[in-house]
Amino acid sequence: MPQNNEILENMRIAPEVNRYRIYAPDIANVRRAGQFVIIRIDDHGERIPLTIADADPDRGELILIVQEVGKTTAHLATLKAGDQLKDIIGPLGSPTHINNFGTVVIVGGGIGIAPCYPIAKAMKKAGNHIVTILGARTKDLLIMEDEMRKTSDEVNICTDDGSYGAKGLVTDLLKNYIEEQGNPDLCVAIGPVIMMKFVVETLRPYQIPVIVSLNPIMIDGTGMCGGCRVEVGGETKFVCVDGPEFDGYAVNFDLLMRRLTLYRKQEHEAYELFKRSHRCQIEAEL
Amino acid sequence: MQEIAAKFKEITPKERVKIPRQPMPQQHPDKRVKNFDEVPLGYTVEQAITEANRCIQCKKPSCIDGCPVHINIPEFIEFIAKGNFQRAIESMKKYNMLPAICGRVCPQEEQCEATCVLKHRSEPVAIGRLERFIADWERDHGKIALPSLAPPSGKKVAVVGSGPAGLTVATDLRRSGHEVTMFEAFHAPGGVLFYGIPGFRLPKRIVWAEVKILQKMGVELKLSHVVGKLGTVDSLLEEYGAVFIGTGAGLPYFMGIPGENLTGIYSANEFLTRNNLMRAFEFPTYDTPIVDVGRVAVIGGGNVTMDSARTALRLGAEKVYNIYRRSRVEMPARDEEIERAEEEGVIFKLLHNPVRYSGDENGRVKEMECIRMELGEPDESGRRRPVPIKGSEFTIDVDTVVVAIGNSPNPLIPRTTPDIKVGSHGNIEADTETGKTSKKGVFAAGDIVLGAATVILAMGHARNAASGINEYLQTGKW
Ligand SMILES: Cc1cc2nc3c(=O)[nH]c(=O)nc-3n(C[C@H](O)[C@H](O)[C@H](O)COP(=O)(O)OP(=O)(O)OC[C@H]3O[C@@H](n4cnc5c(N)ncnc54)[C@H](O)[C@@H]3O)c2cc1C
Ligand SMILES: Cc1cc2nc3c(=O)[nH]c(=O)nc-3n(C[C@H](O)[C@H](O)[C@H](O)COP(=O)(O)OP(=O)(O)OC[C@H]3O[C@@H](n4cnc5c(N)ncnc54)[C@H](O)[C@@H]3O)c2cc1C
Ligand code: SF4
Ligand code: SF4
Ligand code: FES
Repeated sequence: MPQNNEILENMRIAPEVNRYRIYAPDIANVRRAGQFVIIRIDDHGERIPLTIADADPDRGELILIVQEVGKTTAHLATLKAGDQLKDIIGPLGSPTHINNFGTVVIVGGGIGIAPCYPIAKAMKKAGNHIVTILGARTKDLLIMEDEMRKTSDEVNICTDDGSYGAKGLVTDLLKNYIEEQGNPDLCVAIGPVIMMKFVVETLRPYQIPVIVSLNPIMIDGTGMCGGCRVEVGGETKFVCVDGPEFDGYAVNFDLLMRRLTLYRKQEHEAYELFKRSHRCQIEAEL
Repeated sequence: MQEIAAKFKEITPKERVKIPRQPMPQQHPDKRVKNFDEVPLGYTVEQAITEANRCIQCKKPSCIDGCPVHINIPEFIEFIAKGNFQRAIESMKKYNMLPAICGRVCPQEEQCEATCVLKHRSEPVAIGRLERFIADWERDHGKIALPSLAPPSGKKVAVVGSGPAGLTVATDLRRSGHEVTMFEAFHAPGGVLFYGIPGFRLPKRIVWAEVKILQKMGVELKLSHVVGKLGTVDSLLEEYGAVFIGTGAGLPYFMGIPGENLTGIYSANEFLTRNNLMRAFEFPTYDTPIVDVGRVAVIGGGNVTMDSARTALRLGAEKVYNIYRRSRVEMPARDEEIERAEEEGVIFKLLHNPVRYSGDENGRVKEMECIRMELGEPDESGRRRPVPIKGSEFTIDVDTVVVAIGNSPNPLIPRTTPDIKVGSHGNIEADTETGKTSKKGVFAAGDIVLGAATVILAMGHARNAASGINEYLQTGKW
């Protein structure tokens, strides 16, 4: 029997992106699409939020797809099957509102494809026609294509450099789709903040409803600290309890982008320190 | 210690009242602003016995009425005066299971010490400091005995939240022989005692020591378990005979003024949690960062405000301003804490209020506009209402702001328990005598009921709730 919070598998699926299978049966049992967990690797660790990309309640497993961007995600990538995370807290955030809307266009960019997957799956199950648009910088960085194909009725792919699918941005594909097929009933867009902002701008003239999922810096994730605040429709909202999904038209993306840069200096320092000590460790082992 | 106690054997009442109130030894301000260690160092044995001998052992002790949990104050003090510390702590623990904590953080000057008769003649007996002394003596001498437990009742109770309210209920119910499981959302227990009140006022090892005792008594502690997300109150009721809710404070209030979402503007909860729970002051040894604080403004006038201001100083702030819209007399913070903040160099800007913030090109706060205030007619709280003086605006350069103007009650349980009655501020409605809520089998106490209160009030009401739960488990009557 695995232990609670035990990593069952850690697999690299793209450069700097890993897929983790983790034993957390209580959470796997109740989580729903759109929800996330907060993990802490060890006693000195930061609490970082990660979307539950999938779960298997029968086996008590969670799937997390994580991109290495700094110290904590880099540390996570070094862990092996059998290692145990100190804490997993969840499932947090409000689940996605799932309904039979008709045609749902799902736009995923980069690591944002991971949170799109459980939503696509649930929307498909609810009877929607799923049109998926995926974007990545280059072919190697495109993740979860097979999974998304399985839950989608149509898949369109683009890369910035044209190494796979169309050359261009997800907004180009989105615009093409609307011009050719007419307005879908709903759009869900998850990816870098800048991508979500431009998806919303692309949809604005058509007034197609759009949901985005926000990723501010968090601590508790239970509505206590106020660190995850964003501006939606001119009001302050707390992503961990009011979100993470919001009406794209109402979100102040520029503010979110600025708030995400606050700890750049410290994050850089911690990352460099980790890389240096980790390199020493590997050399010592060799 | 018997020798010291003996010195006071023959003392006349006249001499007794002449003994001066013993000062608390503390770290020097210049030194303590550079560390997070506790500021007051605690009485020596000699000081404690001397201070205890100031108590004139009133026939009708008015101090007891001032204590929300009615500790038999003259009794425990008399044992200290005689050098019998073991009996003193035993007496204390009949009323208060967490004296090491209350002795440190109770607003004694408004409670027990405010009603001590000596207050009118000279200075009140230092009840809080003696309480702390006796608790520390017990812990430091490894004398902590586990309370005796009643035979197993076969009943199970779920306690949600491990703050002072939850800790108290768990202790009392475990002593009554029930199986108790305590659920805590965070990865560390103690609630505000852990993540809110800084270590320089309440060292974390003291909170841990209390929790360890609870675990040794057989209370099961489930950390990182958010009730309402991982199961609900209703699902707990399927497994447990009763559920106690002590989930405390929730989302911080902001003023709603322009620029408040600029970076560098924190709620006190976030600022304190980063430091106390996540140990950002030890970054990068600990991974959670905090900004270079620079020039800091802390908004508000309570304990939370002082804690934030003094934390900022310890993070190396160039300057720390405290901006408060009323005057010093209306400040809800404890006098002792205001004095310490002042000694450490906090600059008080009383009768001031922020009106807007502006930021630099990266969106980090760089300037705040303030307005001067004057006190007008009393408002519904009975305090004189602060009113802005027109045209008195001016700006202060700041790099960091901490907003410490209060919290709404934690929303998670009310949002996921539709049939529990909540008040207009989102607080759970519960009877303070029995802890009963509108939902059968569900009890509540502490900040989730009272809004922001005090440790001892949370504990007092929690104790009532524990009796309420006991009765309900026995009779099944609601
Ligand atoms: C609700 C939610 C769901 C998320 N889901 C995923 C996911 O499924 N996969 C994934 O790879 N990433 C996800 N993220 C982002 C992930 O939490 C961050 O990449 C991670 O915290 C970075 O930590 P680090 O120490 O490695 O990097 P850091 O060095 O700390 O930061 C690198 C960058 O990550 C961002 N960041 C830092 N701390 C946090 C934080 N506590 N919360 C959010 N962002 C932060 C900062 O903008 C920074 O620029 C999610 C974020 C949120 C809020
Ligand atoms: C910075 C600060 C300084 C203070 N200074 C003083 C002082 O000097 N003297 C004084 O008397 N009082 C002081 N107070 C007030 C005092 O700390 C509180 O009144 C007291 O802690 C309330 O206790 P509680 O048990 O009701 O709640 P809390 O201490 O808030 O504990 C609630 C616990 O429940 C947990 N929780 C919440 N939701 C859930 C959930 N859904 N599932 C599981 N767990 C959950 C929380 O994580 C938390 O640990 C201060 C408060 C602060 C913030
Ligand atoms: S618990 Fe608080 S109020 Fe009561 S005697 Fe102790 S310090 Fe005073
Ligand atoms: S009122 Fe003061 S002097 Fe009298 S018993 Fe209480 S502590 Fe002692
Ligand atoms: S993360 Fe603390 S309130 Fe959302």
